[in-house]
Amino acid sequence: MTRFMEKQVCITGLGQTPLHRKPTVFPFQLAVDACELAIADAGLTVDDIDGIAGFPLGMTGVGTGLAAASPADIQASLGLKVNWYGSGENAAQFSNVQSAIAAIAAGYCKHVLVWRALGERWIPSYSHDNQDRAKPLPASSGWKSWWEPYWAGAASIRTAVHASAHMAKYGVTREQMSAIPLVQRDNASRNPKAIYRNPLTFEAYMDARMISTPFCLYDCDIPCDATTAMIISRRDLAQDMPHRPVRFEAVGGGAQQGIDRWIGRSDFPRMMMHDAAKMMWSRTDLKPADVDTAHLYDGFTYFVLFWLEALGFCKEGESGAFVEGGHRIARTGELPINSNGGQLSEGRTHGFGHLHEAVLQLRGEAGDRQIADARVAVTGVGGGALGGCLLLTNED
Amino acid sequence: MSEIPLARPLPVLSEMNSYFWCGGKDGRLHILRCGQCGHYAHPCVGRCPRCRADAMAPDPVSGLGSIVGFTTNHQPWFPHVPVPYTVAVVALAEQPDILLISNIANCPVDAVAIGMEVKVLFEQHGEIFIPLFEPA
Repeated sequence: MTRFMEKQVCITGLGQTPLHRKPTVFPFQLAVDACELAIADAGLTVDDIDGIAGFPLGMTGVGTGLAAASPADIQASLGLKVNWYGSGENAAQFSNVQSAIAAIAAGYCKHVLVWRALGERWIPSYSHDNQDRAKPLPASSGWKSWWEPYWAGAASIRTAVHASAHMAKYGVTREQMSAIPLVQRDNASRNPKAIYRNPLTFEAYMDARMISTPFCLYDCDIPCDATTAMIISRRDLAQDMPHRPVRFEAVGGGAQQGIDRWIGRSDFPRMMMHDAAKMMWSRTDLKPADVDTAHLYDGFTYFVLFWLEALGFCKEGESGAFVEGGHRIARTGELPINSNGGQLSEGRTHGFGHLHEAVLQLRGEAGDRQIADARVAVTGVGGGALGGCLLLTNED
Repeated sequence: MSEIPLARPLPVLSEMNSYFWCGGKDGRLHILRCGQCGHYAHPCVGRCPRCRADAMAPDPVSGLGSIVGFTTNHQPWFPHVPVPYTVAVVALAEQPDILLISNIANCPVDAVAIGMEVKVLFEQHGEIFIPLFEPA
């Protein structure tokens, strides 16, 4: 029997709410809806769920923001009786997925409900929070205290200083970067749930206002309210469930160095995804060439380039040339990426939208944007000091 | 510096960081250094990452470094701070894997470049001396 127990675990249920660009439905309500959808999609009832894991853990009774549904609130809302609940911090936004896999592999649970609940439109954005001149600037502690005194608390700034180093070292251009938002917007045109579906042109990208160089407006993802939920099940049970099981072939996470500070790795400008990808490939016989579809975190365009290199789809420094013109990463290309439009067009579902889309592709349920004969998918989430990845297959 | 500096979110001081944030009082940048092997570490660690000795203590450095990454930030995150402004990653001359986030002062944003040599200066906010860098 394999030593890598994720191979004994499958994704068997999917639930996702609409993605709301403006405050519409209270985010906690969306979270409960998505969890019910996922349980029903797996052909289960609440009595079958014996484990739950949200990321991040979140406080009870909040219902908005970056962690809009705590495990305690979901348990109480659905009346769940669980053997195990958790969160985890080891693999970015996939920490709860990987914790759930571990709980099933250890025999604590048969079916674990996991979710990512976003309610960012109900809280002040980072810039709006600072616009009240009468309010003193908040003091800064923890890892952010190395950034915030320099008016550098925004994620765009933290990511941009890495991107500029990579661009200078390897000659990546904004023209090359543009392929990512353009291809993804074209993908989004086939995704009824996507927030932005109108064509994005090269000219509009090049002319867009700058946020933090080299990132313009279209290099940044789209905050929204939405929850994506899933059921993670023991492999032997998955065979008798309604949908074609999608099995975990390998997981990656961890940290060789630099937990949480976003700066200080000796291999700057590499990020944690390099560690996650290395771990993932060490747990499988599959190779990058076996991957049919890639779903890569795109909080900012440049994370996609870093993930392509970290996962070995091209050599370090060659990701700009790899995506140039968009042919290779389009739906019909050799490595389609972010077929749902990604966070740059569909909306910021914090990595769970990527995983949701990967599962749809491997089920053959991706509709107008289905990638032919998709058998192996990779998903990578996070950037900076966060990184987690999953290799998935629909083959038993 | 005679003019009143723009407000910044100031770090909460602790036993683990005050040598850095308050160390500029003497006009020099202080970084933890191993008393046994001379290796630098940042931020605070309890053992030398290279030789494992229990001998880390703040030590003044030259304050010289070079820019290894930067961004020209255009988004007005703070209404009182004029944009654009530069946020840079500075590698210390003594040991280039020591990376500091900072702003680049006394330099037009268009002149900032990777590889630029810089030197430290300090901006006082009460007992805190924020290390900034300017062209060397």
